[in-house]
Amino acid sequence: MIALETKGAGMRFGGVVAVDSLDMLLQSGETVALIGPNGAGKTTAFNMITGVYKPTKGDIIFTRDDSSQSIAGKRPDTITALGIARTFQNIRLFSEMSVIDNVLIGMHMHVKSSIFGAILGMPKYRSEEKAMREKAMELLEKVGLASQAGAQASSLPYGEQRRLEIARALATAPSALLLDEPAAGMNPKETLDLTDFIKMIAIEFSLAVLLIEHHMQIVMDISDRIYVLDFGKMIASGTPKEIQSDERVIKAYLGEGADD
Amino acid sequence: MKDLSKNASRILTAVALAGFAVFLWLAYKGIALGPYEARIVRLSGIYAIAALSMNLINGFTGQFSLGQAGFMALGAYTTSLLVIPPEAKESLYWVEPINPFVRNLQAPFLVALIAGGLMASFFAFFIGFPVLRLKGDYLAIATLGFSEIIRIFITNLIPITNGPVGLKNIPSTANILWTSLSCAAIVVLLLRLMKTSYGRTFKAIRDDEVAAEAMGISLFKHKLMSFLLSAFIAGISGGLLASVVGAITPAYFRFTLAYEILLIVVLGGQGSITGSVVGAIILSVSKEWLRFLDSGFNLLFFRVPEIAGLRMLVFSLLLMAIILFYRRGLFGSREFSWNSIYRPIAFLINKIRKPKKEAGDDSA
Repeated sequence: MIALETKGAGMRFGGVVAVDSLDMLLQSGETVALIGPNGAGKTTAFNMITGVYKPTKGDIIFTRDDSSQSIAGKRPDTITALGIARTFQNIRLFSEMSVIDNVLIGMHMHVKSSIFGAILGMPKYRSEEKAMREKAMELLEKVGLASQAGAQASSLPYGEQRRLEIARALATAPSALLLDEPAAGMNPKETLDLTDFIKMIAIEFSLAVLLIEHHMQIVMDISDRIYVLDFGKMIASGTPKEIQSDERVIKAYLGEGADD
Repeated sequence: MKDLSKNASRILTAVALAGFAVFLWLAYKGIALGPYEARIVRLSGIYAIAALSMNLINGFTGQFSLGQAGFMALGAYTTSLLVIPPEAKESLYWVEPINPFVRNLQAPFLVALIAGGLMASFFAFFIGFPVLRLKGDYLAIATLGFSEIIRIFITNLIPITNGPVGLKNIPSTANILWTSLSCAAIVVLLLRLMKTSYGRTFKAIRDDEVAAEAMGISLFKHKLMSFLLSAFIAGISGGLLASVVGAITPAYFRFTLAYEILLIVVLGGQGSITGSVVGAIILSVSKEWLRFLDSGFNLLFFRVPEIAGLRMLVFSLLLMAIILFYRRGLFGSREFSWNSIYRPIAFLINKIRKPKKEAGDDSA
């Protein structure tokens, strides 16, 4: 089943065409990678999908529970509420807050009580808060951060901060997860752990995963399919095998004469 | 070194609160404090409420808003017009006769206070729509501008507000119990709010708007919530202020008032509720305490003549020192805890008790 589809979505900033025309398909249960050299328009594509930018042309269709709708130009919080969660290239945790509070923020949009009910500690709010905390702890256990629930988010080591950011995104109960360079700045051991971790959560939460990544080992290891962007244009798409042997990709991405 | 247990902290807090309650009662009965000191305590309470209102939107939600003076003016005028008796009002309005509807409006003090808060929130709602889309300095300038607009409206709506002449003979209902208990109520309200999901969300918006929005949080809705609540609290502080000072004019609510409140917030620590209260007490007390500077005094062998305003000069130097050396304010974004007092004391006691062993450790 299709989870997310971009139909000729494009983005131009004045005279600069960041993304020319993007036709991408993301099936539920599938992990897809979006790769390309620096400045190819990968993060712009993410920002179009998540509502940070309004695409200047084309459309983006999101499908969940058999209902499809256009999300192009909708606000980021509306898009998250519909079921697309994301992480950021440079980690954006709420650094002054505790680990568990970071996850709880991801659940705030589901809170039904009003601010007054919350301040007065009405039974309805208290049961909501209790359920939220239990769910947050469950999530933290799944990502292996339960023992650090009370620690300040910025005190975690880098790899765990990445993991927390993903946990926080999962707290919004998404059906599609967008990861922007999850392995950036990680050491080989952390990278290996992350690969297994992404595979695990994709199955556990039945997610459609779209990731931007420069780390070829991860990309080839976990992607079902790969899209390659260069200068805002889609130059290739296919399985990891096909992409690895694609002349244009090697030329654009790895450079001429490169053998790895 | 061991910290205090949770129970020990609770007992200390309970004892301190009980002690404060006894002190309040004695002050109320006129035993503990003279009228002059009592007035300082009343004003500290009011400044604390105003600072808390600004801290909610600035310190906790991260929206640099400077509109507090305008909201306080709305609260002050609404409360005053509801509590001054109709005959007294009529005699005040000698420039233009009073609007008959306003003349006959009356309410008990508590209702009048809440009405003042609601009036401030009502205006904040309309101001919030355009300005909360702005960020940082732009938001500060816009809110400051709206605050001045409110003041100018009050100055010119003579049949309702009595214009630049202002209002006087405001019944001084707000005694030391009113101001202190209102302050305590607002402190409890904010402490509770910050523990709820909404409080967490405000802090998330402060820490990172982009990330908060990606968590499905409607930035505008939550900023507006915080702004309205902040305006409500500012309105309450304005109403109390009117009752304590007894006479108000639009000039009282110039932007200098907003700066003064901002100073308390920065002094106490942005994002610290107890910090704002302590900051308000320090500011109100030291402003009075430094009064001796204005009236001439002896500095060693040198007689300093009377210089009006010297107090404010010294005061600003003190503040500059605080900003330079305690950039995050006295409390930072933390709340007061007994441990912050206990730790240094326990450290000193330890040093005194085992000085030899410490010295031995050093040489080893």
